[in-house]
Amino acid sequence: MPRPFSPKIITANDLLEGDVIYFTADGAWSRDLAQAELITDEAEAQLRLLEAERDALSVVGIYLTDAKDGPNGPEPVHFREDFRRTGPSNYAHGKQEAKLEATAHV
Amino acid sequence: MYKYNDFDAAFLAERNAQFRAQVERRIDGSLTEDEFKPLRLMNGLYLQLHAYMLRVAIPYGTLNSAQMRQLALLAEKWDKGYGHFTTRQNIQYNWPKLRDVPDMLDALAKVGLHAIQTSGNTVRNVTSDHFAAAAKEELEDPRPYAELIRQWSTDHPEFQFLGRKFKIAVTGAEQDRAVTRAHDIGLRMVEKDGENGFEVIVGGGLGRTPMIGKVLREFLPKEDLLPYLEAVLSVYNLLGRRDNKYKARIKITVQENGIDKIRELVEARFIERRAEFNGADRALLAEIKTHFTPPALRSGDTAPYTSAYDSDPVFRAWADTNLAEHRKADHAIVTISIKAHGATPGDATAEQMRVMADLAEQYGYDELRISHEQNVILPHVLKSDLPAIHARLKAAGLATANIGLISDIIACPGMDYCALATARSIPVAQDIATRFEELKLEHDIGHLQIKISGCINACGHHHVGHIGILGLDRAGVENYQITLGGDATETAAIGTRTGPGFAYDEIVPAIERLIEAYLQLRSGEEETFIEAYRRLGMEPFKTALYPEARKKVA
Ligand code: HEM
Ligand code: SF4
Repeated sequence: MPRPFSPKIITANDLLEGDVIYFTADGAWSRDLAQAELITDEAEAQLRLLEAERDALSVVGIYLTDAKDGPNGPEPVHFREDFRRTGPSNYAHGKQEAKLEATAHV
Repeated sequence: MYKYNDFDAAFLAERNAQFRAQVERRIDGSLTEDEFKPLRLMNGLYLQLHAYMLRVAIPYGTLNSAQMRQLALLAEKWDKGYGHFTTRQNIQYNWPKLRDVPDMLDALAKVGLHAIQTSGNTVRNVTSDHFAAAAKEELEDPRPYAELIRQWSTDHPEFQFLGRKFKIAVTGAEQDRAVTRAHDIGLRMVEKDGENGFEVIVGGGLGRTPMIGKVLREFLPKEDLLPYLEAVLSVYNLLGRRDNKYKARIKITVQENGIDKIRELVEARFIERRAEFNGADRALLAEIKTHFTPPALRSGDTAPYTSAYDSDPVFRAWADTNLAEHRKADHAIVTISIKAHGATPGDATAEQMRVMADLAEQYGYDELRISHEQNVILPHVLKSDLPAIHARLKAAGLATANIGLISDIIACPGMDYCALATARSIPVAQDIATRFEELKLEHDIGHLQIKISGCINACGHHHVGHIGILGLDRAGVENYQITLGGDATETAAIGTRTGPGFAYDEIVPAIERLIEAYLQLRSGEEETFIEAYRRLGMEPFKTALYPEARKKVA
């Protein structure tokens, strides 16, 4: 029996900034995992990947990866993706830095 | 110190202009990533987890103060205010933006630095002894040979597309501080009948198939160095496997063909190559050597040093761990620890880089070195200047007295930065250092090298750590394997796995159990961890690591 399809998101790095970005339902790219489209169908995932790859000139290393549904949108399944959406653990750099700044400005 | 000549400067300028154009063409969409990636890698630019990373070569780990200041400038202007010194005597910037990289490379070129051949299947940055020309028992400064190899291999048409990356290390001393036995080629200066030559070691390497290099030639006259290296590389180019990336390094070529066959082929090729060399290499070496004339060392009374040593316990502790014997008795070699307890091993801020540059300029004959152990060295310092240097280092958070101790850990970037990682390594290093600082046991434990890698590629040298830690991904969870008994020196050895790995929150307690066992088992304070391990073997340490398993068996 084929294994049930585990939900996926599409992610990559931005060409200019190099930071982590996610493919959204309206075919744009977001810096926030919660904005990513959670794809639950295998055929749909391949199709969406092809669509995302149309941006291959401005986006680097596009791939599908497992994610799960959470109260605020998709959440990572694997710790690697958890680090990618957060930043390194030795400094508050990367995405967590932007978040810290955002909260500091409220 | 080696100064770039006009040809080098023009070559760098041209390379940088080319890369600037390539970046523009990538941004405007005329180059695809598949086309651009090999070009950016050739210029030291990687894409990691959160950002680009620029790797800058520090040839044989030698820098002057102007170069160190420029590294600080890059950190401040185009990065997040710090740089990461690595085990390959490089510095890495973790946060550059693609558009800024050409400017960074131009800024580096102004002080003769670059990122060429820090990546790709070429001869990489040639590494060397960080105590070169300062250590007491050295036969000869190895750096002119490293520089000769660098010039010969840079853009060498035959060796730009090797089967795999190729790493060479050179040392001029008996004591091996350059891990020559874990390199594709290791060159160790030896003496025979009053002449200096090289012992040529081949096929060492870490990564997924760790191997200690084998002696290919016991004594190679110095003047035959380049033709002989060409012979080795050309035999490797021919025999080396290109079908499987994991079997492509020369260590596998040596393993599959046998050292005797390789030797036979190399020697035959060497005769041919030597005939093709017309002596230009010797003239070049002679010219290079003029750039490495040792500084005119001052002389001075060591009394200020002795009185600080006797009266200031903090200075004394630092002097005991961070100083090494210099060839001139009134001088010392200072190792500046870039391993403050709890900080990221190898990370220095722009401000700290400037302090080190200032100290080198004011007291250290304008020389700095980067060690593969991720520390910075002032190779020549008059002992009477040490108290003043120590005070400045202290003020800059650079006076940690831990060289060679348990918190002087090598750690690769791991999952915090590296796209290939299977687990984190930096926080494991931070936690071990913090824990043993709390326990105040570090000095009691004595000499101990812990080395941590975040995946099987072994950039953190875990195989040759007295205690090696390898981070893996076991079913989506970080898991850490321990090896014991590795050795990175002239008595090089690959460590042995202890058994099952430990979860992230179990690894520091596991190390603590190992150390407790060592402290109980050692024959006396002077028996180091590695000596105790060699005497006692794995068993008692295993018992300490896996108490539960032992109980079940009993
Ligand atoms: C973007 C980051 C990095 C990447 C992609 C990377 C990639 C690799 C790979 C693939 C290998 C295995 C090579 C083989 O066995 O054929 C390797 C080995 C190695 N790398 Fe890295 N590395 C990175 C960062 C570093 C850093 C930061 C250091 C220094 C701290 C380093 C030093 C080494 C060393 C010493 C080895 C093992 C020696 C050997 O070549 O056998 N690397 N690296
Ligand atoms: S050992 Fe692995 S995780 Fe560490 S830097 Fe090398 S490739 Fe990255």
